[in-house]
Amino acid sequence: MPAETAPQTDPTQWLLAVRDHRDRAAFLLLFQYFAPRLKGMLMRGGLRDGSAEDVVQDVMLAVWHKAAQFDPHRAEASAWIYRIARNRRIDLARRKPPPEPEILAEPEDTEPDAAQILALGQEAALLRSALGALAPDQARVLEQAYFEELPHSRISELTGIPLGTIKSRIRLGLERLRRDLNDLRQP
Amino acid sequence: MTPITHHLSDALLDAYVTGNLDHPFAVVVAAHLSLCDSCRARAEAAEMLGGALLDRIAPAPVSPGAQDRLLAALDHAPPPPRPITGSGIFPAPVMQALGGQPPKWRMLGGGIRQQILSAGADGALRLLYIPAGRAVPEHSHGGLELTLVLQGSFADSQGRFGRGDVEIAQDDLDHQPVAGSGAPCICLAATDAPLRFRAMIPRLLQPLFRI
Ligand SMILES: [Zn+2]
Repeated sequence: MPAETAPQTDPTQWLLAVRDHRDRAAFLLLFQYFAPRLKGMLMRGGLRDGSAEDVVQDVMLAVWHKAAQFDPHRAEASAWIYRIARNRRIDLARRKPPPEPEILAEPEDTEPDAAQILALGQEAALLRSALGALAPDQARVLEQAYFEELPHSRISELTGIPLGTIKSRIRLGLERLRRDLNDLRQP
Repeated sequence: MTPITHHLSDALLDAYVTGNLDHPFAVVVAAHLSLCDSCRARAEAAEMLGGALLDRIAPAPVSPGAQDRLLAALDHAPPPPRPITGSGIFPAPVMQALGGQPPKWRMLGGGIRQQILSAGADGALRLLYIPAGRAVPEHSHGGLELTLVLQGSFADSQGRFGRGDVEIAQDDLDHQPVAGSGAPCICLAATDAPLRFRAMIPRLLQPLFRI
């Protein structure tokens, strides 16, 4: 399909079908795509085979229950699911749930902004190809930080990895979508 | 309303997004993200990178029964409780740390009050209440101190900080924040090493600050 009519990647479309229609066939596609990847991520983080599968089940159940919070203007499915898996990993490691920022729910009657969703998908594609072009040791630092545990002293290395331009473009796109919550936010 | 001018550093945001930030600091970061669209967008851009890495990770096959177990759980597992949301001046992560209840202040003298929200090997998290115009005893710290203003303002050698602003104080900064005039200053502060007060009398206060 041409990109203009299908700006979202497949997993994002499946997640929207789950969100809007509680579509079990789409949920199975999400499971088949993400479960082995999540298991790979969790095993890299040090979990054994069996506990990694238990956590995959937790994460996919949370995907089903929290789908209403997914906003395709602000994230692709993979980023949103990464965040859920990261939080579950923190919860297990520290035995206390990680803090969750205020949910930026769209008002019920929001029409999807196709241009923004398309732009987000294009930036994500750029990010993926820039990721593929990184030197292997740079990609390893990123994978270690996102999947394992990077010592605090090495966190600042992440900003030295040349993805900054694309990340700041994504940020500008997301900032344009800022909701004017100021009134709500002021006591 | 003055816009937020003091934001999170890249290193703090990256550590938060990758799950590498200790709990007290993660709460301050999540609270700032609840108030600041600009840093929220930076965090979401970094999460998109997490998603891109997840897309290309080597998959580990799951066992054959996993899919059926999950489908059965969809009908039986109770949905998770709704997360605690923000209330008044306290954004959601602060209300979560408060267990959904309003703060229970403890007097520290000089009109200053605090509530410790967590304290342990990973650092300490507290709410501080400083009357307008009052100075916090001068102190330095061995590690990182992250302070987010929730109400009112304070000023020190690093500048003026209003609602939503974050001060990142490293190791050797000696500073003496003074609350602005007007409303009392209420802040959320995370530290990873005990505060050291310079004067003798405030040193006696240290057991009260308890970190
Ligand atoms: Zn900010």
